[in-house]
Amino acid sequence: MKLTVVSAGLSTPSSTRLLADRLAEAARDELAARGQAPSTDVVELRELAGDIADHLVTGFPPPRLSAAIDTVTTADGLIVVTPVFAASYSGLFKSFFDVIDPDALSGKPVLTAATGGTARHSLVLEHAVRPLFAYLRAVVVPTAVFAASEDWGSGGDEYTHGLSGRVHRAGDELATLMAARPAGAEPEDDVTVLERQLADLRLD
Amino acid sequence: MQFGIFTVGDVTIDPTDGRTPSEHERIKAMVAIALKAEEVGLDVFATGEHHNPPFVPSSPTTMLGHIAARTEKLILSTSTTLITTNDPVKIAEDYAMLQHLADGRVDLMLGRGNTGPVYPWFGQDIRRGLDLAKENYALLRRLWREDVVDWEGTFRTPLQSFTSTPRPLDGVPPFVWHGSIRSPEMAEQAAFYGDGFFHNNIFWPADHTRRMVQLYRRRFAHHGHGRHQDAVVGLGGQVFMRKNSQDAVNEFRPYFDNAPVYGHGPSLEDFTEQTPLTVGSPQQVIERTLSFRESVGDYQRQLFLMDHAGLPLKTVLEQLDILGEEVVPVLRREFAEGRPAEVPAAPTHASLRAVQEVSAA
Repeated sequence: MKLTVVSAGLSTPSSTRLLADRLAEAARDELAARGQAPSTDVVELRELAGDIADHLVTGFPPPRLSAAIDTVTTADGLIVVTPVFAASYSGLFKSFFDVIDPDALSGKPVLTAATGGTARHSLVLEHAVRPLFAYLRAVVVPTAVFAASEDWGSGGDEYTHGLSGRVHRAGDELATLMAARPAGAEPEDDVTVLERQLADLRLD
Repeated sequence: MQFGIFTVGDVTIDPTDGRTPSEHERIKAMVAIALKAEEVGLDVFATGEHHNPPFVPSSPTTMLGHIAARTEKLILSTSTTLITTNDPVKIAEDYAMLQHLADGRVDLMLGRGNTGPVYPWFGQDIRRGLDLAKENYALLRRLWREDVVDWEGTFRTPLQSFTSTPRPLDGVPPFVWHGSIRSPEMAEQAAFYGDGFFHNNIFWPADHTRRMVQLYRRRFAHHGHGRHQDAVVGLGGQVFMRKNSQDAVNEFRPYFDNAPVYGHGPSLEDFTEQTPLTVGSPQQVIERTLSFRESVGDYQRQLFLMDHAGLPLKTVLEQLDILGEEVVPVLRREFAEGRPAEVPAAPTHASLRAVQEVSAA
């Protein structure tokens, strides 16, 4: 079983990556409780920024980006974390998912998360990130985790769980979906997919 | 094996001096390039078909007819003829006419095109692109093979007792290649009819090209036209050469960096590593081109893109001299080496006529 984490944080270290790591840990713990020991890969989009721009221009991925895309599309579950930029996901985050085949994430469990300076941005997860993955026909877990700067230093209050409570709930939801999926079938090679498409439009 | 050049016919500013040729200059340059191709011993000249600026070749058979009159051996082809938006009746007539004028030195490459807005300019709907490609080509084949056609389809008015004129030269329809970059459907169409498949690989990594050609070869065999190695494959290539490879890199870099297709993206070094683009010495071009065979097997036609991204005519003609004198003779020799005898040559009018005479006898 394979868990892939996509982090669009730009600074090093970044709070986006920190949140991503905490979510991955929570999901792994919950999977371990279900008797699963997933491998974890992290895709740092900052390292692929130039490759992503090149792909937009040329239409094909350079080798390193191609490997990262495979890591994402072959995962049994995804954790995706973006900083909030101008009321939405970052352009780099969107561009990465723009260059992935729109069918490649169909049915894949996805945990969405974001970071920002203030909790006033938290609904970006619901009005921007969730629709993106709904469009890609991924299965987005109910709890989307937003971490504002103040969350890193505070617990819950009478209205909501603290960040660690939300992280664990989301990790639990992702683990439940991943554990319920049939064991990963071997990925089809492109030609197999092409042949099926061709069979559908047999010329006569 | 055939070697030649294909041109997009773009009017592009020369980034080194800021000069943009006029349409007239560009059209005349394309003719000069075709004549040069024959002079330096290349086999094929193919022109694109485009209906929007900054491209000039909207009327390929006009241009190819003119070139036919001024050449003796050069095979005239297209890259590509739009099977989606051209009326198949007009394609049938135009290319049969060209065949007669050129004494059979004609084939064509069909494609779906890559410009969405061209569909409505010719009264068609891009959402029906695949269906147009299928139906139009099925009709085109009949128009060339049957003297009198009764036909009814979805996209154009029915035909009753229609005879497309002139009839193909010697009753032999021009050989058809199906050109594609990423549509498996065109590979399937080529395989279904046993036609040629040209993969315009110049902007793509080798493993993509390998998969597309493998698909075509497998489907060619599946449809009963022979074995995998009997299929007819063409590839593109893109090169810039100087005696010293660093001179080639220095001279080509501004054209690369500003090229309409890939400019302002990857570095020249990354792009040459990831795609067939080769910028360097003639020997480097020879080695790179020979390596294509490892990806796709022995193949029949190699076309190079030489005149784009604002390269001035003088430079392009110099490049063709190098290509014809230093590169292609070596490629002919090396590609012939180890090539199994049963691998077919690229079909020509003469070879197709011979096949027809045998099957009629």
